[in-house]
Amino acid sequence: MKWKNYTCLPKQFRNERIFDGCGISGYINIDGTKDNGKKIIDMLCILNERENGLGAGFAAYGIYPKYKDYYALHFLFDNEQSKERVLNYLEDIGYLIQSEPIPTKTPMDVSNSPIIWRAFYEPRQKKGISSDEQVVQLVMEINEKFEGAFIMSSGKNMGVFKGNGWSHEIAEYYKIIDYKAYMWLAHSRFPTNTPGWWGGAHPFNLLNTSVVHNGEITSYGTNMRYLESFGYKCTLFTDTEVIAYLIDLLCRKHGIPIPIASIALAPPLFDEIEQMDKKYQIALKSIRATYRSAMLNGPFSIVVGFANPVPTLFGLTDRKKLRPLVAGISEDENTLFLSSEEASFKRLIIDSNGLYTFKKIWHLKSGTAIIARLDEGLIREGFEEPFKNIKLTVTGI
Amino acid sequence: MNNTEKEGAFKLEEKNIIEINAAPNNKPLNYKVLNEKIHEAIKNNHKKIILKDVCGQRFIGASLQGDLEIIINGLPGNDLGIFMDGPKIMVNGNCEDHAGNTMNDGTIIIHGNAGDVVGLSARGGKIYIKKDVGYRIGIHIKEYESKYPIIIIGGTAKDFLGEYMAGGLILVLGLKFCLDGTVIESDQPICGNLLGTGIHRGKIILRTEKDFTAKLGVGAKIFEISEAEKNEIEPFIKEFCDIFNIPYDIISKKPFKVIKPISKRPFGGNYCGQII
Repeated sequence: MKWKNYTCLPKQFRNERIFDGCGISGYINIDGTKDNGKKIIDMLCILNERENGLGAGFAAYGIYPKYKDYYALHFLFDNEQSKERVLNYLEDIGYLIQSEPIPTKTPMDVSNSPIIWRAFYEPRQKKGISSDEQVVQLVMEINEKFEGAFIMSSGKNMGVFKGNGWSHEIAEYYKIIDYKAYMWLAHSRFPTNTPGWWGGAHPFNLLNTSVVHNGEITSYGTNMRYLESFGYKCTLFTDTEVIAYLIDLLCRKHGIPIPIASIALAPPLFDEIEQMDKKYQIALKSIRATYRSAMLNGPFSIVVGFANPVPTLFGLTDRKKLRPLVAGISEDENTLFLSSEEASFKRLIIDSNGLYTFKKIWHLKSGTAIIARLDEGLIREGFEEPFKNIKLTVTGI
Repeated sequence: MNNTEKEGAFKLEEKNIIEINAAPNNKPLNYKVLNEKIHEAIKNNHKKIILKDVCGQRFIGASLQGDLEIIINGLPGNDLGIFMDGPKIMVNGNCEDHAGNTMNDGTIIIHGNAGDVVGLSARGGKIYIKKDVGYRIGIHIKEYESKYPIIIIGGTAKDFLGEYMAGGLILVLGLKFCLDGTVIESDQPICGNLLGTGIHRGKIILRTEKDFTAKLGVGAKIFEISEAEKNEIEPFIKEFCDIFNIPYDIISKKPFKVIKPISKRPFGGNYCGQII
């Protein structure tokens, strides 16, 4: 592990973008059963050829049932002073329900490890601004203005654990195996042109949305300017943060259902649209026009965890399928797995001596979302036409 | 030899067959360790290597030459048979991306699905895949004199099939394999969009009666199959059907269409056209 660069990227690297070819994994238990971290660690660590020890992270949903009504803020602090300053600030503007260190297993010979802290927080009620919005502003403010402090995650009943090291090191450091979650996301990183820093590892999180990403977003500039017009601040020097903010914007602020939001992120090509029915053409062209600047360009495959209002796991690749994403569903159809490589699933089979089996393993259609929702099950398999099972009314044709 | 190696490799009765456990104690080996074990087995004159519980290990069969047979039980990782020159690899199950990457000679047989970019820049040999494949299959495969790469897909393919193809043969049959062993016609489209973009030599043959003109990429054109071409592919199809236990009668139920280049230099005009 690299015991430096906890809360910000060194200055000399700030004008560079991270281009990475990473390993991503995630799964959701549809009935809400909680698993410890063993499966997700196995799924991720088998992909160790996709990482180079410069970043890994986990997101877990359902880990804080006792404090599920409060925002669980996960912090990285450089030192005690920055911690005191941030915690004092939080008490000024809201209520700290609980404030404690996150249990970690720091190697004996490391003296300058970061302070990993969590706080369960409730903002003070303000007129005209929702609690969610207040927390978003708080995250942006602390990550931008408070030196030596970084918020890793800010959702309710969930948390992100990430750092600069190999996936197995990060899993051990944060004791991932001890957490019990119904939905897990994981990422290991292979940055090719920056040294990596703790806060810059994936998953990226805002409120209940977490994103793990393999690839690079070449439309970063366009997306960033678009997001800035809605008050988001892209300060993390990496392309993936725009995906987290775009999903927050589309799904939380604009209230768009995920199947439609996935069309906005990776819309069909115009010559494909031309071959569709008139009403689909109008709808798709309108989505493309409205969210022109939210479209993600460049190679990517993403797995997104989302919990507002219903916990959902969602996977998507770019339209030309330049990054891999494989899906698998367990024999009892209760667990949907997504991963960069099928080896993650094979690992679970081998680990259970062949007892754990998969009903089906399949590759998604490029640019088509796969969606599984808690209690509802698999609602999209990743093959469907854009508006399958969506009631669409277009007037004035 | 340490203990784990003893557990991992044991000799079968027949002298030149060896079985290697790729996941001793349910812990998958690193790809380097596994490949070194394979090299050691070859050094010890083993001609047939059976791998057990393979779990995503990459580069299996990389650069191997000569008369060898590797049977893989499990899931081989990316770049299966990369730069391979002669051996035969059989996979009982699926494989991941880039199988047969820049292969020079030999055979890869996959009894399952394959991922993306199979046969990337292959220069020779055969890749037979029983079921479906992903994107960019046979990108830039090439032929030269006696070198002639052949990719046969029993199921269906996705976008960019035979992109920038510079020779050889890609054949897609469009079949579906039911769990009970019967073979029926696949309900999926036989290929994706941008079929044969930039193709400048070789041919893609699809077994379908549907019109897929709208899916053609730049530089590709559909032709009716000639008698000579039918005769050319027949032995390969027969071999494919034998390997995967497909009744040969089903093949003739649909016609073949051939996709060939319209020019040897489809993008010649785009670059330095005035010089050449």
